[in-house]
Amino acid sequence: MAVQSSPWLRRPRGVPAVMGHVLLALLPGTAVAVWVWGPGLLLNLALVALGALATEALLLRWRGRPLQRHLFDGSALLTAILLGLSLPPWLPWWQPLLGGAFAIAIGKQLFGGLGYNPFNPAMLGYVMLLISVPVSMTQWPQAGLGWGALPLGYIAGDVPAATLDGLTGATPLDAVRSGLTQQRTLGEMLPGTPLTPALWLAAAWALGGAWLLFQRVISWRIPVAMLAGIALPALIASAIDPDRFAGVGFHWLYGASIFGALFIATDPVSGSTTPRGRLIFGFGVGLLTWIIRSFGGYPDGVAFAVLLMNIAVPLIDAHTPTRVYGTGKAQTPRP
Amino acid sequence: MFGRAKAGFPGGLALPGHKLYGEAGRTRAAPLPDELVFPLGQHVGQAATPVVQVGDRVRRGDLLAAAEGFVSAAIHASTSGEIRAIEERPIPHASGLSALCIVLAADGEDRGREAPLWTPQADWQDLPREELLACIRQAGIVGLGGAAFPAAVKLNPKDTAHVGTLILNGAECEPYISCDGAAMLEDAPAIVAGARLLAYLIRAREVQIAIEDHNPSALEAMRAAAKDSGDRAVKVVPVPSRYPQGGERQLIQTLTGREVPSEGLPIDIGIVVHNVATAAAIWRAVTAAEPLTERIVTVTGSGVRAPANLRVRIGTPIRTLIEACGGYSEAGVQRLLLGGPMMGVALADDALPIVKGSNCILVGGSEDLAPPVEPMPCIRCGDCVSVCPAGLLPQQLYWHARAKEFDKTQTLNLFDCIECGCCAQVCPSDIPLVQYYRYAKTEIRLAEQEKIKADQARARHEFRQQRLEREKREKEEARRRKREQLAAKQAAQKAKAEAEAAAASADNPAPAGAKEPAQAEQTPPAVAAAQARARRQQAAARDEDQS
Repeated sequence: MAVQSSPWLRRPRGVPAVMGHVLLALLPGTAVAVWVWGPGLLLNLALVALGALATEALLLRWRGRPLQRHLFDGSALLTAILLGLSLPPWLPWWQPLLGGAFAIAIGKQLFGGLGYNPFNPAMLGYVMLLISVPVSMTQWPQAGLGWGALPLGYIAGDVPAATLDGLTGATPLDAVRSGLTQQRTLGEMLPGTPLTPALWLAAAWALGGAWLLFQRVISWRIPVAMLAGIALPALIASAIDPDRFAGVGFHWLYGASIFGALFIATDPVSGSTTPRGRLIFGFGVGLLTWIIRSFGGYPDGVAFAVLLMNIAVPLIDAHTPTRVYGTGKAQTPRP
Repeated sequence: MFGRAKAGFPGGLALPGHKLYGEAGRTRAAPLPDELVFPLGQHVGQAATPVVQVGDRVRRGDLLAAAEGFVSAAIHASTSGEIRAIEERPIPHASGLSALCIVLAADGEDRGREAPLWTPQADWQDLPREELLACIRQAGIVGLGGAAFPAAVKLNPKDTAHVGTLILNGAECEPYISCDGAAMLEDAPAIVAGARLLAYLIRAREVQIAIEDHNPSALEAMRAAAKDSGDRAVKVVPVPSRYPQGGERQLIQTLTGREVPSEGLPIDIGIVVHNVATAAAIWRAVTAAEPLTERIVTVTGSGVRAPANLRVRIGTPIRTLIEACGGYSEAGVQRLLLGGPMMGVALADDALPIVKGSNCILVGGSEDLAPPVEPMPCIRCGDCVSVCPAGLLPQQLYWHARAKEFDKTQTLNLFDCIECGCCAQVCPSDIPLVQYYRYAKTEIRLAEQEKIKADQARARHEFRQQRLEREKREKEEARRRKREQLAAKQAAQKAKAEAEAAAASADNPAPAGAKEPAQAEQTPPAVAAAQARARRQQAAARDEDQS
């Protein structure tokens, strides 16, 4: 539709600029993550991006859409980076590649491309891999293990399992959950959980999030509501049974809470659009995250929580209208 | 990204002003053109009716077309000359269509009328409202803010008992437009005097003159004029510079904290809003018997060499104004807009005339305006929601308008959209949102008109059916009655004939007897019995007669 009507002014920023801001905001966190988990993460990012962009290009061509316009709008790259940052490093090479391709093909293009996907494509790719290749998806190198600790041969899949066990381990969330099933209490386990990497990561993600808030790329509603959705049940449950339920600090710091609140749940396309709807959406994501972490069998709950709340978005939007000027609120009487 | 200052209304945008304020905004007179064009429908309501003929000589102030119908406005000659034509000409309207116009060939002498069209009323406070309203109506004054609604109609509410506040709108919120700023700078006493006259007309207890705080020269001039008037009911109020502060509904919210009800008018909450320049025009119409033949027009944008505020005779072609501003610049023209960059309409060419509602000619170069872009898909970012001053959900409205789900757009209060363009302005996908809303509104209005027409047609059809049936029934009734009458008559005749025959058969029984069996064969038994009974009675009667 050609523009035949007002407004005629230049627009402040386009879709590529919005995506660019998010990519920029991911930089500090990505740098810290690479420092914590080693360069395998960079390899992941490259492989996911390759899979995602190649799939995007292929499907855009197939669907007869303008290739250059959409391939370089930054959205496919952003999906890839978000997915890549969620994967444990040093996965067999085909897994990140497949994840990226799946996220774009099934998660985005099959629904009509940019703007039409009901689910967060990065989380769809993540969950597909988690369900399909659960073993490698739950093997994280021990934080701080550093550079080059894992041989490049691993990604070719020819490292003996015994070597792997020595080098990788469960994430704190995972360790705590399996410890709980072995009748250990949080009081025993938590003091041994490494804290420094988690603090650095949280700070770096928060820095990026602050940039997005400042640039008004995201609104405060979803992140705040999601963290509240985690904190409220954590607060209540840990007060009732501190040996079995971790507190707010643990839930916020470990796993993908901060990253998810600022970069995953804030995906505009698959999230709620109304101001009140965003509060409900964010709170729902947080609450489901806590439930899955506390009672489920997966390493983290953010991805499932986001996808589950994605389903609820049309309903949430339909039931959270704004108050229109001159309606609702009782009008002041005539003077 | 635009900043978000507190404005008194939700949403909105802080836009760069590009205004000619202060000394830069001082007006000068635009040159008189050779030919002036007066569209007969340059106001809201019924088009004016021409009272001149081709070849007539007119002077400035002469009536060209009269207002007929309640909502209409008279049109006057803005200079002297000869009526060249009354014909269809392209008009400055979004549709780009042509409409009936009076074309005046200027003689260059610019002679005024010798006697005014009506008596100037210096002591307006002694006059009844009706006389003042008549002056305003005769002067053909419409809202000069751009809406061009006949002022006399707006000043004549059914009931003035509850009018509390008159707001004069000097909050020129749209970028580039500065004609009201120029009027306030140069014409402050007339505006304040006009405000007091308007307040008297509608029995308003207070007058608030709203001016954006980015326009200190106008604020200063108006404050001085308000002070000089000695009327303490007139207040000059600075309002935050934020688009769309000058939107009637937003301004009311900023000044009073109250909202005009959805689908209602400001008068419903006891408020009347007029533009500052309208107040000055009304003042002159009443006290100097001046009809509306001139207005201030901002000619600006990077596409014109020397932007300026010009005093322009109504009917002047836009081209004359651009020439008066040094002509087109080398920067090149991307679009010629009537109005501002947020709500203005694109014009096809510069031969179109200035009409009463034309506030600004924006000669937009690539510095000012966006090149036409192909929209991207909506990414549901919600930026449009946060800037909508009406509190709507632009993204959902767009979604449903695009899908032609017009009932859903109405559920989402489509008709509360003021088309300010904030949503489209912040849309990262460059979606022409306002265009979709206008489209949806037009479709809904058309459907409503169609429905009314269809209902009328159905009612007509049903009525016709009923009438036809009634006529048929009546005809049948008449026919039946006629048949009955006929039958009765026949029966009577027959009875008579039979009686005669019976009388005859008494003399000559054989033929009657011969006839009777044949008749009995044809006649049903009951009838035969009745006939027999009748005959017996007749016979008895006859016996009596004979006895």
